[in-house]
Amino acid sequence: MGAIDVSEIQTFVHDVVVIGAGGAGLRAAVAAAEEGLDVGVVCKSLLGKAHTVMAEGGAAAALGNADPRDNWKIHFRDTMRGGKFLNQWRMAELHAQQAPDRIRELEAWGAVFDRTADGRINQRNFGGHRYPRLAHVGDRTGLEMIRTLQDKAVHTAGVAVHMECTALRLLLDKGRVAGILAYWRDSGRFVLFKCKAVIMATGGFGRAWRVTSNSWEYTGDGQAMAYEAGAELMDVEFTQFHPTGMVWPPSVAGVLVTEGVRGEGGILTNNRGERFMFNYIPEKFAKETADTVEEGERWLDGDKTARRPPELLTRDVVARAIAAEVAAGRGSPHGGAFLDIASRRPAEVIKKKLPSMYHQFKELAEVDITKEAMEVGPTLHYAMGGIRVDHDTQMTRVPGLFAAGECGAGLHGANRLGGNSLSDLLVFGRLAGLGAASYIATVGDLEVSSDDVVAGIRKATAPLNRESGPNPYVVHDGLRDVMGRHVNIWRTREGLEKGLVEIARLQGVVGTVKAHGTSQFNPAWSEALDLPNLLLCAEMVARGALLREESRGAHSREDFQGERDEWGSRNIVIRKGADGAMETEVLERTAGPDGLAGIANASLEDLEGNRG
Amino acid sequence: MAERVLRAWRGDRSGGRFEDYTVEADPGMVVLDLVHRAQAGPAPDLACRWNCKAGKCGSCSMEINGRPRLACMTRVGDFAPDEPIVVQPLKAFPIIRDLVTDVRWNYQQNKRIAPFTPGPAPADGNYRMSQTDVDRVQEFRKCIECFLCQDTCHVIRDHDKKADFVGPRFMIRLASLDMHPLDTVDRIPAVRDSYGSGYCNITRCCTEVCPEHIGITDNAIIPLKERVVSRFYDPIAMAIRAFFGTKSEPGKRPMAAPQTKVP
Ligand SMILES: Cc1cc2nc3c(=O)[nH]c(=O)nc-3n(C[C@H](O)[C@H](O)[C@H](O)COP(=O)(O)OP(=O)(O)OC[C@H]3O[C@@H](n4cnc5c(N)ncnc54)[C@H](O)[C@@H]3O)c2cc1C
Ligand code: SF4
Ligand code: SF4
Ligand code: FES
Repeated sequence: MGAIDVSEIQTFVHDVVVIGAGGAGLRAAVAAAEEGLDVGVVCKSLLGKAHTVMAEGGAAAALGNADPRDNWKIHFRDTMRGGKFLNQWRMAELHAQQAPDRIRELEAWGAVFDRTADGRINQRNFGGHRYPRLAHVGDRTGLEMIRTLQDKAVHTAGVAVHMECTALRLLLDKGRVAGILAYWRDSGRFVLFKCKAVIMATGGFGRAWRVTSNSWEYTGDGQAMAYEAGAELMDVEFTQFHPTGMVWPPSVAGVLVTEGVRGEGGILTNNRGERFMFNYIPEKFAKETADTVEEGERWLDGDKTARRPPELLTRDVVARAIAAEVAAGRGSPHGGAFLDIASRRPAEVIKKKLPSMYHQFKELAEVDITKEAMEVGPTLHYAMGGIRVDHDTQMTRVPGLFAAGECGAGLHGANRLGGNSLSDLLVFGRLAGLGAASYIATVGDLEVSSDDVVAGIRKATAPLNRESGPNPYVVHDGLRDVMGRHVNIWRTREGLEKGLVEIARLQGVVGTVKAHGTSQFNPAWSEALDLPNLLLCAEMVARGALLREESRGAHSREDFQGERDEWGSRNIVIRKGADGAMETEVLERTAGPDGLAGIANASLEDLEGNRG
Repeated sequence: MAERVLRAWRGDRSGGRFEDYTVEADPGMVVLDLVHRAQAGPAPDLACRWNCKAGKCGSCSMEINGRPRLACMTRVGDFAPDEPIVVQPLKAFPIIRDLVTDVRWNYQQNKRIAPFTPGPAPADGNYRMSQTDVDRVQEFRKCIECFLCQDTCHVIRDHDKKADFVGPRFMIRLASLDMHPLDTVDRIPAVRDSYGSGYCNITRCCTEVCPEHIGITDNAIIPLKERVVSRFYDPIAMAIRAFFGTKSEPGKRPMAAPQTKVP
């Protein structure tokens, strides 16, 4: 390639650029624009197609509509307990307190949630939540949320959306964020965004695994860009395996089956017809979980004195239980467990409450879920860890760089409760937008360095310009094998060390891949550009997992079973060291503020009916 | 395992042609899997949109053996074993490359529809709406914006009336706002004058292709047309309006002038 004239590159100037148009990004954009800022939203896909659209079950908020005993303190307590006390106290507090207003606000923006008998927003049960807490729309809550936010954003003055535009790297001016380099997917042309703040809202990195509920967009771009710019990451070893993904046919393996099926009364059985979850109730939850089928049935019939059935334990527990049943030879024909709603609810109720599950199975697996049980097994679903931020402003340690949503860290600790992501997006998306607005007020003029831009462009075009090289799809497939073998639901020192060697090898290969074809809407080229990010995230997961010598939440070590007290007060932080190599640090947590620690450890009776 | 022929349209605005790729197909595969197999093998740069692979995002719209469909929800096994799977881009929109078209026009339509505008919230902050009152609105809100209906509607596809008619997808958007119990804006005049309800001649082709099985024509467009008729052509309603003023719809106020039409 010849000389690159940076002044000839198409350039947009905004106050703040939001990377990502999922729930977090759109909510952040609206918040920043309402503060009077000029906001550019950049996203890899078309508007409205981000991952958030796929969310099914609902958004958790202690509205207290379905059960008046609920309040923010119990939501906070559930979130801390679900996260095995590795959550950031302040974030869990802000989230539980603000989620109800964020949900009501969505309604004022046009969302149409399912209703209670008296006409308010209805709420459903979900794993780990003490009360029915998830505001929902059948099993397409994410669609409702993204469409509402999309309509709100395009009608909010000051928001401009640049869709099918992929961000490649952050541009800094003396350590402060000054812009981003990106390219248009349709033409392959490069584009420069100059701004004073960037909000990362790019989602997770599940594409490193073969069996996953995540889409092609989930390649950890935001985490990688933030890492390269000097931000820290935290809790990355905690990758959530959702217990119920489809297992058959092979082409849909991993596609999610919402937890709402169990929330509506669905039960899990093995090939002997046993409701095996009763055998896997952890001590910590024993007091609050039904221990007989009979009690579970009473709960389903609405008996408020009955405890919740064990199918609604947290995801980590249910996923490991299914894996253990399969390993013990008690699995379903295609290597999963049976999930039965057919014998539990009438066909019309199933179709009304779980319409997209009904279609998904009917059309993709030729299974009628109103008549037969589904076959399900664990699927890689969610990244609890991510970019480390200030709890109130969402700013990273890089001035001007913010993060919110799945790419951020802190709210969920070692395990996320279902429904806590959609509310996370709203609460922290908004706070990031506000954080960016107050930061920008303090910043003067910034410059982007032409050298950085040129370096970014040369690096990005290398896979196109190379004469030959390995096929990026094949390298990606290799990574999936490595993660499936060594960095999966059960982990060991030996496996993780092998995994790291393999990841390092692939990191070498990825610098030599060849993308055939031109730069116009070329999926091979985007694969080649996303892969280094995915490999970086894979390395972070493996390094964190190797350090954490215990099993907690979503992280399970075969060689260190059970929670270890010393690790219960530690978060693992990852950053790029001065020498360019990946650096890990074990951070001792500070004790929770008295008030919050008290709530987290309080008995339910103390908190119920306390709407303070 | 069986071999299948994927016949994919390759090209851009300047033209193109069909190319055959022979790929392995496993049981249960969908057409999007064949596209991915072709990308991983003989056609790495074959352009195609997708995200969820579960019929939820509406990205993978294309024409498959002559019919507008979602590639992720079309099973390979539905076609005869020796029948090639023919994939081509949506016809109603300009081609970008291969199976990817420029659908920005649709986003422009949404922008010119006045947004949801509720009345003030009750003192406790909780709006009240009964489930039966929102059932119909929820039906329309199932839309995944795949734009298959837009691609199918002859007004847009064959007559290219994009400047005059917003198309079925946005007729249901208008209907969902019109039937929303909390909304206060009157969009009925604009439904006729600006969004072009008169162009629809109720062929129901849009309803047939909708992967969400939304009753686009019967549940949304016909009721909207009826509202227009009773507003503008019903002599009794006109007389009442002449007598009492224009605001014949309790609770609804006229919307601000729609933004200028996009060419
Ligand atoms: C099938 C499924 C069901 C789920 N169900 C629930 C549920 O019921 N309840 C719940 O709380 N959570 C649920 N989750 C989790 C939740 O949906 C996600 O965690 C959440 O939507 C993530 O939102 P986000 O805003 O962080 O990112 P996303 O919605 O994923 O958006 C990411 C955005 O970043 C953009 N992007 C990424 N990289 C780049 C780049 N390099 N340049 C430009 N743009 C980029 C993408 O284009 C996209 O717009 C579910 C997840 C899945 C997969
Ligand atoms: S019913 Fe109307 S909108 Fe639908 S395809 Fe026919 S003309 Fe178009
Ligand atoms: S109405 Fe149906 S066909 Fe039309 S865009 Fe929506 S989901 Fe697609
Ligand atoms: S990929 Fe989402 S609808 Fe097909």
